[in-house]
Amino acid sequence: MPAAILARLVVLEAHRGGLPWLAAACIAAGAALAAFLSQVALTESRELQVAIVAAWLRACAVFLLAAHVATRTLREIDDKALELMLALPVGRPSQYLGRLAGLAACGALLAAAFAAPLAVLAPPGAVALWALSLALELALVAAVALFFALTLVQPVPAIAATAGLYLLGRSIAALQALAGGGPIADASLAGELARGTVGAIAFLLPRLDAVTRTEWLIHGVPPVAAYLAAIGSLLLYGVVVTAAGLFDFERKDL
Amino acid sequence: MRRAPAWILGLLAASIAAQLAWHGTRPAAQQEEAGLPPAPPAAVLRLASFGESAAAARLVMLYVQGFDVRGLDYARLVGWLRAALALDPLSAYPLFAAARVFAETPDPAASRVALQFVYEEFSRDPDRRWPWLAHAALLAKHRLKDLPLARRYAAAIDRQTRSSDVPLWARQMEIFILEDMNELEAARIMLGGLLERGDIRDPNELRFLRHRLEELEKRVK
Repeated sequence: MPAAILARLVVLEAHRGGLPWLAAACIAAGAALAAFLSQVALTESRELQVAIVAAWLRACAVFLLAAHVATRTLREIDDKALELMLALPVGRPSQYLGRLAGLAACGALLAAAFAAPLAVLAPPGAVALWALSLALELALVAAVALFFALTLVQPVPAIAATAGLYLLGRSIAALQALAGGGPIADASLAGELARGTVGAIAFLLPRLDAVTRTEWLIHGVPPVAAYLAAIGSLLLYGVVVTAAGLFDFERKDL
Repeated sequence: MRRAPAWILGLLAASIAAQLAWHGTRPAAQQEEAGLPPAPPAAVLRLASFGESAAAARLVMLYVQGFDVRGLDYARLVGWLRAALALDPLSAYPLFAAARVFAETPDPAASRVALQFVYEEFSRDPDRRWPWLAHAALLAKHRLKDLPLARRYAAAIDRQTRSSDVPLWARQMEIFILEDMNELEAARIMLGGLLERGDIRDPNELRFLRHRLEELEKRVK
């Protein structure tokens, strides 16, 4: 199966490209951070360690994967390796989905590696749910980064666009709360316009603040329905981005 | 591998030495001398933390505890504590810091502000937050010498807690307050009760409370 072979090659490339070493460095920095925090907390030292280390590892995982996807995809384009691959008797959807599957597998491996140190600090069930959620979140990040890398064909704009979409997805609920209850919550035209704009943007974004929540590690696992709804929204958005990527890749003159 | 020219090596060594010398002459980084700034709304902190509310709540507490209690603007402090609690309502840190650190200031007016914060926030989740109001009742009696305030706090624990997890001694705090016992005895009973029930599991908190008890013993002697 060509897509599976391509996926395996992508994972192998990530392994040889030093991604595991970077992940190990992030985990080491997280462990040092946890050791420092355990000294400065007056109470809830375990909760403090979990909260900060989980947030740090999540941010590291997203940044590492987005940067890896953008740079490897653009290197493939610059080296004409992509053109060479497209000359093979394998359809473009298989090529695209194979790459994406490999990158999602890299994300899943990163999620598993980053969840392992948290299992020392938090209940295993909560860590497992957190890790699964992070793996799916990273699969979405990989899909977004692949889409932007193939569309924008420049590393800095591709990474910036991925980071922008990700951070907006993380903060859109807080922005909506500010627009709805802050100083612009009056009934003036400007207030209505601001609320409408934020609401419209929210429709186009994934609710990333609802997934991979640190609170699950501190205060216990979420209700099943809430967890499934959060994961479901990730999967749905992943399908949207993948479809957009496939559409763009099919139309590309390569 | 090629050798770099000597002048580049010299420039690198000199710049590193200058960097180290510059930092050697600078004073160590400390909290802002201007004091604690006004607290931003919790919604702004939530936005700034990109959805990591639990981490933001704890970072706020680390930031706040870095300020010297003497000369601290308690109105602003309460704003920060409230914001931290709004970010993670299940966190014990803001109430612990308010009751055990900031309310124990020698300034009675400031202490009352911190105790009032504990009292107000207790009402939102009495079954979880009673230990800090119990400590607030002891402080009101022994530090502020305000028996009506101590009784009000003690009565609130009895009236508002519903959970069977709340121990009998906490429910009967009012009797405990009215008894003629000194601060050290009361603190010992309370800490003993909390330890016996396993309410205090954090090693840092345990160390902190034991240290406070030793300080109290020295003061009473």
